Amino acid sequence: MAVQNKKLNLKDKYQYLTRDMGWEPTYQKKKDIFPDEDFEGIKITDWSQWEDPFRLTMDSYWKYQAEKEKKLYAIFDAFAQNNGHQNISDARYVNALKLFLTGVSPLEHAAFQGYAKTGRQFSGAGARVACQMQAIDELRHSQTQQHAMSHYNKHFNGLHDAAHMHDRVWFLSVPKSFFDDARTAGPFEFLTAISFSFEYVLTNLLFVPFMSGAAYNGDMATVTFGFSAQSDEARHMTLGLEVIKFILEQHEDNVPIVQRWIDKWFWRGFRLLSLVSMMMDYMLPNKVMSWSEAWEVYYEQNGGALFKDLERYGIRPPKYQDVANDAKHHLSHQLWTTFYQYSQATNFHTWIPEKEEMDWMSEKYPDTFDKYYRPRYEHLAKEAAAGRRFYNNTLPQLCQVCQVPTLFTEMGAPTKLSHRQLKYEGERYHFCSEACCEIFEHEPEKYIQAWLPVHQIYQGNCEGADVETVVQKYYHINIGEDNFEYLGSPDHKRWLSIKGVKPADEDKNAA
Amino acid sequence: MSIEIKTTSVEPIRHTYSHIARRFGDKPATRYQEASYDLEAKTNFHYRPQWDSRYELNDDRRTAIRMADWYAVSDPRQFYYGAYVGNRAKMQEAAETSFGFCDKRNLLTRLPEQTQKQLLRLLVPLRHVELGANMNNSKIAGEAVATTVSQMHIYTAMDRLGIGQYLSRVALMIDGSTGKALDESKGYWMDDELWQPMRKLVEDTLVVDDWFELTLVQNILMDGLMYTLVYDKMDAWFESQGAEDVSMLTEFMRDWYKESLRWTNAMIKAVAGESEANRELLQKWIDNWEPQAYDALKPLAEASVGIDALDEARAELSARLKKFGLQSQGVSA
Repeated sequence: MAVQNKKLNLKDKYQYLTRDMGWEPTYQKKKDIFPDEDFEGIKITDWSQWEDPFRLTMDSYWKYQAEKEKKLYAIFDAFAQNNGHQNISDARYVNALKLFLTGVSPLEHAAFQGYAKTGRQFSGAGARVACQMQAIDELRHSQTQQHAMSHYNKHFNGLHDAAHMHDRVWFLSVPKSFFDDARTAGPFEFLTAISFSFEYVLTNLLFVPFMSGAAYNGDMATVTFGFSAQSDEARHMTLGLEVIKFILEQHEDNVPIVQRWIDKWFWRGFRLLSLVSMMMDYMLPNKVMSWSEAWEVYYEQNGGALFKDLERYGIRPPKYQDVANDAKHHLSHQLWTTFYQYSQATNFHTWIPEKEEMDWMSEKYPDTFDKYYRPRYEHLAKEAAAGRRFYNNTLPQLCQVCQVPTLFTEMGAPTKLSHRQLKYEGERYHFCSEACCEIFEHEPEKYIQAWLPVHQIYQGNCEGADVETVVQKYYHINIGEDNFEYLGSPDHKRWLSIKGVKPADEDKNAA
Repeated sequence: MSIEIKTTSVEPIRHTYSHIARRFGDKPATRYQEASYDLEAKTNFHYRPQWDSRYELNDDRRTAIRMADWYAVSDPRQFYYGAYVGNRAKMQEAAETSFGFCDKRNLLTRLPEQTQKQLLRLLVPLRHVELGANMNNSKIAGEAVATTVSQMHIYTAMDRLGIGQYLSRVALMIDGSTGKALDESKGYWMDDELWQPMRKLVEDTLVVDDWFELTLVQNILMDGLMYTLVYDKMDAWFESQGAEDVSMLTEFMRDWYKESLRWTNAMIKAVAGESEANRELLQKWIDNWEPQAYDALKPLAEASVGIDALDEARAELSARLKKFGLQSQGVSA
């Protein structure tokens, strides 16, 4: 840096306190120190152009984060001491937490590992430092979530073995394969996937539903975590935007690579969020907003503005966004009716929505709910009332890429199942959509490796051939406690007793 | 007399998570336990890493060290994130007071130019060593299996960044925040013969593949010699040069190093104690790296406090390693 006699401004001072500690190596080849920087084909001509997305020295970081942690843990302690779980809207709400702890918290840990890795991979020290800060933040989220849910775990089922389940349970391979996909990619794709596509573009569709859901349903522990993590998330989002602008500004050859990643990761993220859509519309007794409303605000409006802004770099909106936009009218209903049938193999309960809830959905989904989905619930309710609560004992076919069962319908044709297939090296592969099929076609050698839970069960790799053994022994789902219908479950009974409903009143209450 | 507040008592159906109960029994667990054990994904990874397809994600073969259970390595400080930042916030508060005090009273700007130059040449370039340590620990955090192990390394990575920043601020205090002193100091790091063996050593560590070898080299061997030499022995020497106030600004590093011995010792103890094969491998790495770390610090010792001080540091490291059945040069010295 140039010799100067003027006091440094904040930006330059921060650079002296971060990237200036780096140097051009002469004893080892740069290529050997940073071997992963080139293989994706991204061209970086000048790392000094990197704009630090935030300026936080470690002393301030420790100070601010410690203050936040102190407040957060004070609430956790108060929550446990006062048995705050008794003040939630309804015990059905806890199923959202079960989904969160098994589906999302392990991703926070994976993010910690992923950012620690990229925090070493880049030759630009400014970018490394920003990644490392996100790494330790993600560790924070992974751990505070364990602590936030710890009290719930003592009083409800289904939360007791999250990491074990995340590695094995069929629907949890959706989030797991998503993050494995990002972590096994190169550093630039990882940041495009997680920092940009997920944290920047889609995070409000994950964070808002869960945290506002907690607020609306009297869950003080989780909502306090949400508020506490907000400023971390803001930093992560800034990093996401900086990353994408930096890569695009460095070289025009980067544009098509980044465009393909945006297409891929938007879709991967969208498919992952289908789990959130059902949580939002069905698992929250007090509803925040519908999935379709959330999608309109957080993707169609905010995302629309973002991609307009990125137009000047030659970036267009994600290729299959029209399919995603169309799906907002159907997504949550298609997911919930599927999970309803497979409750014997999940760590959370499902149920038929109550009458007021169905009316709410008719109002929120005027073109689709009454026409396509209400009749299904009426049929399922009739069956259940007749003592034939429906469970589907045939294992579902999973999409080779997103690993969601192939349950989605075609755009504009809500009764036509969306299904694609192709042959690769003599084997046939199945997909839920054109978009997933296309992702496969770009990197078949990657996606043929997928650990598909249903295939694995049939191949005998899950400690048994029948669902019951797999569920109990391999998944650690306690049969009759964690799984099956909500009504009459131990969680339900315990909740009734907390609320002082006597067994005689139970039927009335349940009806 | 005591006041008794009546609360409704609710019997829990379990006391902790199943994965914690499997290790420690179904009893109320500590925050450290629930934040640290068996959180990291262990099996059924979907794809091989494109950056290293030899292994899976979270693959314990990324080091040649073998542990039946990596969670046998745990942190005696019981640091999970909240405990970690809480502790560091206190340490930084003390450091801030010292920096503020020095700044207000111009304690560094009043030093003779020759002493200032010594600080810029002999102390401040260590900020680059710290950045190397930051990179190495971030790599380890990304590759180690078991959260108990990886979290200690990300904390250390961030600590090293922070220490590098404190060292940088020494120079910023000397030059009145123009950056001039930092440029001068970086010049020594790049070109001064005194620093070249150390710079070579740091660059050599940046290409070490095995993450456990790397934590041994970085956090035990290099730090074992360097922190003792610089923040203990050289500290006394700076005092003799009339720069005793600098001591206030490196107090963080002394406290930090003392504390870091707790987890590094626990880690080495668990790993060396696991098997003879581990111990032999550690010994092989020590034989290779310890003399390099010693040689890299020789010019710094010679230019300041003298080679005897470095030999003392070496003897201390050797005595420490001996407790774990490991040998390094230094007892004879």
